[in-house]
Amino acid sequence: MSFEAARQQATKEWKELQSGAVPLVYIGTATCGRSAGALRLLDAVRAELDKRKAAAQIVEVGCLGMCYAEPLVTVRKPNGTAVCYGNVTKDRAAEFVENCIVGDKPPADLVLGSIGEKSVPGVPDLFSIPALRPQVRRILRNCGSIDATNMNHYLAHGGYTGFARALQAGREKVIAELRDSGLRGRGGAGFPTWRKWQFCIDAKGDRKYIICNADEGDPGAFMNRSLLEGDPHVVLEGLLIAGFTIGASEGYIYCRAEYPLALERLRTAFGQMEKYGLLGDNILDSGFSFHVKIKEGAGAFVCGEETALIASIEGKRGMPRPRPPFPAVSGLWGKPTVINNVETLASVALILQNGAAWYAQAGTEKSRGTKTFALAGKVKCTGLIEVPFGIKLRDVVYGIGGGILNDKEFKAVQTGGPSGGCLPAAWLESPVDYESLAAAGSIVGSGGMVVMDEDNCMVDVARYFLDFTQKESCGECVPCRLGTKQMLDILKDITAGKGRPGDIELLLELAEGIKRGSLCGLGQTAPNPVLTTVKYFRSEYEAHIHEKKCPARVCKPLIHYRILTDKCKGCGLCLKNCPATAITGENKKIHVVDQSKCVKCGVCLEKCPRKFSAVECVPGAALQ
Amino acid sequence: MDRMTLSIDGQIVAAEKGVTVLEAALENGIYVPNLCYHSDLKPVGVCRLCIVEIKGRGLAPACMTPAEEGMVVKTETSDIRNIRRTAAELLILNHHADCLSCTKNTKCRLQEVANYLGIDEKRLKRLRTPQRNLAIDSSNPFFDRDMNRCILCGICIRTCDNINGAGAIDFVFRGYNTTVGTFQDKPLLESNCESCGECLVRCPVGALSPKTSQVPAREVKTVCPYCGCGCSIYLGVRGDKVVSSRGDAEGPANHGRLCVKGRFGIEFVNHAERLTSPLIRKDGQFVKASWDEALNLVATKLAGYKGDQFAAVSSAKCTNEDNYVFQKFARALMGTNNIDHCARL
Amino acid sequence: MQDRVSAILSRFKSEESSLIPILQEVQAEFSYLPVDAMRRIARFLRVPESRVFGVASFYAQFRFTPMGKNRVMACRGTACHVRGAPRILEEISKFLGVQEGETTPDMKYTLETVACIGCCALAPCVMVNKEVHAKLTPATAKEVFAE
Repeated sequence: MSFEAARQQATKEWKELQSGAVPLVYIGTATCGRSAGALRLLDAVRAELDKRKAAAQIVEVGCLGMCYAEPLVTVRKPNGTAVCYGNVTKDRAAEFVENCIVGDKPPADLVLGSIGEKSVPGVPDLFSIPALRPQVRRILRNCGSIDATNMNHYLAHGGYTGFARALQAGREKVIAELRDSGLRGRGGAGFPTWRKWQFCIDAKGDRKYIICNADEGDPGAFMNRSLLEGDPHVVLEGLLIAGFTIGASEGYIYCRAEYPLALERLRTAFGQMEKYGLLGDNILDSGFSFHVKIKEGAGAFVCGEETALIASIEGKRGMPRPRPPFPAVSGLWGKPTVINNVETLASVALILQNGAAWYAQAGTEKSRGTKTFALAGKVKCTGLIEVPFGIKLRDVVYGIGGGILNDKEFKAVQTGGPSGGCLPAAWLESPVDYESLAAAGSIVGSGGMVVMDEDNCMVDVARYFLDFTQKESCGECVPCRLGTKQMLDILKDITAGKGRPGDIELLLELAEGIKRGSLCGLGQTAPNPVLTTVKYFRSEYEAHIHEKKCPARVCKPLIHYRILTDKCKGCGLCLKNCPATAITGENKKIHVVDQSKCVKCGVCLEKCPRKFSAVECVPGAALQ
Repeated sequence: MDRMTLSIDGQIVAAEKGVTVLEAALENGIYVPNLCYHSDLKPVGVCRLCIVEIKGRGLAPACMTPAEEGMVVKTETSDIRNIRRTAAELLILNHHADCLSCTKNTKCRLQEVANYLGIDEKRLKRLRTPQRNLAIDSSNPFFDRDMNRCILCGICIRTCDNINGAGAIDFVFRGYNTTVGTFQDKPLLESNCESCGECLVRCPVGALSPKTSQVPAREVKTVCPYCGCGCSIYLGVRGDKVVSSRGDAEGPANHGRLCVKGRFGIEFVNHAERLTSPLIRKDGQFVKASWDEALNLVATKLAGYKGDQFAAVSSAKCTNEDNYVFQKFARALMGTNNIDHCARL
Repeated sequence: MQDRVSAILSRFKSEESSLIPILQEVQAEFSYLPVDAMRRIARFLRVPESRVFGVASFYAQFRFTPMGKNRVMACRGTACHVRGAPRILEEISKFLGVQEGETTPDMKYTLETVACIGCCALAPCVMVNKEVHAKLTPATAKEVFAE
C-alpha cells in the first residue's frame, strides 16, 4: 500500500470512529493517569458496561496535561458532543457510566469542559477554562486525544506528511525551513537546531548518526515522558527527518529505564513504522534507509550531557569529555553525530508538516514557537502545559496553575531543574523565553517549573539541588566532584544551624570557580540554584547563619514545636500520636513538649484539631 | 620537521606541529600547572588546572587543545587564577597531607602546583574538611595504594590500559565516591594486576608508593639480567649494594618500561645465598673453585660424550649472544640438536 | 546460573556497546549482578573485568546484592521534595525498618530512592514495582504496602 493510500485509509477509519453509533470513551492511561488509578477505573467502567449490557467503545489515550484532575475521561456521544471529565475515580465508575456514558446527566463536580464544535448546555468549552486558555497546544495536540498505540490515528492527523515533504524537498530546503522557523534546541541550551544539523552535514564522515535524547533526568520534569507516551510518532517523524537531512542511516533513542511505558510505546511504534515501510531500507522508495535502536539509560543524570550520553551508548561509564571537538564533528564512535531532544524533534515534524511561517507565529523575536513545561509544586492545577514563548510567568503560575495551593503566599518558581534557578515574585511579570530567564540567573532548561510557597525554605531548596548534583556528578573533573560536595557540606551546616559568618561569600566564591572550571554542563550550571537563592533570598540564609532560625520552618534543627497554654484543651491527641513520647500531660490539662525528646516530626501539629490549633511550629531552636 | 610559532604570554615560541598548547608551553620552559597530563598518555583534561585563555575562543584546557600557527595564549589571568585556586584548594583539602612521611615528598606534582599557586592556610580553614579515612591497600608485595592521597587523575588507569594492557584497574563508583578500583573493588593482589609498577612510576602524588624505597647514591646503566628482551635499566647503588632499579627512557628495547622482575626483582643481587663463584662437588660436598678449575673440569668430562648422549640447557638470563654461542657449541662441537632453554614462563 | 547467562549472551554481539544492555538483562534475570556473571560478560566482550565493574558501579540502576521481592522506589524529585517527600521516605523507612538502599531481612522489600519518577504533578509519589502511588501524605504513606 502506498503512503498516500495508507493515509486515506487511516483518515477514513478515524472519521468512522468519530461518527460511530455508540458512545466513544477516551480514558487517559499514561503514567500520570495510571498513578491516579486510571487502569482500575478502566476495569471498573468495562465491568459496569458489561453488567448493563451497554455498548460503548473505549480508547486508551495519553495525557491531556491536566494531571491535577486525573483520572481524565472524555466521552463522545453519537450526536457529536464530547465532554471531558476529571477526578473520575474507580469508586464513581457506576455513577459515571450511568450519567455520563449511557445517560446525559453529568455530575457538576466531574465536568471539566466540552471538546469540539458542538456545545453542551451548562458545560464550558474545555479550552476556555483558565488552566487551558493561555495554552497553545501544538506539540501536545494529539496527547490525550489519540490512541498512541495506533499509528493510523497519527496518520489521520497529518502524521508523516512532514517527512514525506522533506523527502521531496531535499535536505537544503529542510535546513532552510528550520532556519526560517527559528527553532532552538529544547534540551536546555537553546542552540539553533538548523545550525547544529548544518555542522553535521558539513563534517566529513563515512557514517553519521542521529540520537534522540530522551534521558529526561531533571527532577521535576516529565514533558518528554508524556509526549512519548501520548504521541510517540511525532518524535519518530522528527527523527526520520533529521536522519534524512544530515545523512544518517542509523538513529538511536536514548531513553530512561524509569519510563517503562514510554519505552513500550516506542517499541510498538517501530513495528508499525516497519509495516508501513517508514523504517528500514529504501523508505517510501526514496533510496533513503534508516534503522533505529533504543538504548535504555541505566540511571545517570549526567548522561543527558551529549558527550556522556555518547559514552554511555558506546558501553562506557557516562563521563563527559571536553568539547571541542563537538559531537556534530566527532560524536558516536568518532563519527559526526547530531543529538536532539525529544521536543526538538517533535517540533521539527510540526514545522515540516505546517511550514516555518506557521511555526514562527507563536513566540517572541528570539524565542520562536511554543514550549512545553511540567508545572508542578505548590500550584492548584499541576500538569503538563504548552505555552508560546513570551507568556508572562504570572500567567503560568496564576492563570494556568490557578494560583498557590491553599491560597498561601507565592515565594519562588524554579525553572531549569538542577541547572536552573529560583525566581522570586518580582520576576512574575517577566516573559518566559531564553533571554529573559537567563537574565534572571536561571534557564529555560528542558522545561521543569516547580512553584514554591511560603512554607518552602530556600536554603533547604538550594541544599536539595546540590545534594542532587553532588550525587549525580560523574566524579571526573575536580571542580565538580569536590566543589559540589564542598558546597553541599556548607549548605548542610547552614541548615543544621552550624553556618559560620562568611559562608555566603564562600559559597559565591566556590560557585564561580565551579562554574568556570568544570568540564561539562552539569558542573558549569550546578551552582545556579545557590547563586539565585542567595541573590533573591539572602535574608533567609542570614537568618539561618546569624539568628539560627529557619523562617519557613523547614530545617529541623532550626525550629521547635510548642503547645500554646491558652489554647490546649488537654484532649491528648498529640500525646497519643507522638512517636517520641516527647509530650506529657494529663487528660483535660495543658500538655507540654519535652524539647530534649522531640524529634520535630510535626505529628502533634497535624493531629491537633483545627478548632483548637494549640500546637505551633516556631522558627529557632527551643531554649533548653 | 614541521614547525609552527605561537604566542604564549607575549612570548613568540616555536613548537612541533601536532603538539598541544600545554606541550608547546612546557617545551619552551613555560610552566602551566597540570596534574592529569602525562607525556606517555592520551590527555583527558579532567584536573582543570591547565586551563588557559586562547584569543578568540576563551578558556580551554591546554592539554586538550592542539597548538595552531599564530595562536595567542595567556596562561595567567585573574580568572584563570581563581579557577586554579578553587580546584587546587579542594584537592589539597581532600588529600592527606602527611608529606614528610610520603615517598613522593619534594617530587610531588601536587606540591609543585601548590607552590606555584601559593596556598593560603587561612583560606583552607574556611572550607569544610572531609572526614574520610580510606583503608590503605597493602596487598601488593611491592607497592601500597593509599586512596587518601589519590587525586583521581586517572594516569594509573590509562597506564594499565594503554601501556601494560592488563586493565586491572578502572574508575569505579561515581561522583564524590569515585575511586580507582579493581574488579569488585578488591585488593590489588586479588586482581589481574601484573605488578609491573608502570602506574607507580607515573603516579604524580604519593597514592602509589613503593614498599621499600631508598634514594641511591649513584646509578649504573646496565641491561636487565632477566630475559632476552634486553631492557635497558639504571640500577641505583648505595655503598656496594643495589637499592633501586628504573627503566632507561633511552633504552631502544623498552623505552623506559619494565616488567615486575626488572623493576622489583633485583634483590637477588645482594642475596646471601647467591652463587658468586663456581662450586665443584668433592666427596658429596660443594667446594668453592676458581673459574679455570671449573672450566677445565667441564671440558675434560665433556670430551667423553658425543651426539645424542649430550643435551644442552641454557638460561633466559644469558644474553642473546651468549645463547647463540651456546647452541653453536652444542650443534657444531657436540653434534646434537638436543637444546633447550628455561624461558617458558 | 551459567545457562541463564549464556542464553542472554547469545542474543548479543561481542562488542563493547553491548555491555550496558547485557548488564540490564542479567539484572532483570537475577535481580542483581552476580560476580560470576560479570566475569562471564567480561570474557564474552573481551574487556577487562575491572571495566565491567567500573561501568556497573557508575550507573544507579545496577546492584550487587539480590533485591527483595518488591522494589519500593521513593521519588526524590523537586516537586516531591517541596511537597514533603522527605517525610514520606522517613515514614516508609520506619515502617519497613530499613534505610535507603537496604532490603528487609525477610527479602520482601528493597527500599530505594529515585531521582524522579516523572509524576511531578501528582507529588509526592512512591513507585512499588511498576505501580506509582501518588499524592501521598505521611499518614497514607504506609498504604502503598496494602494488597
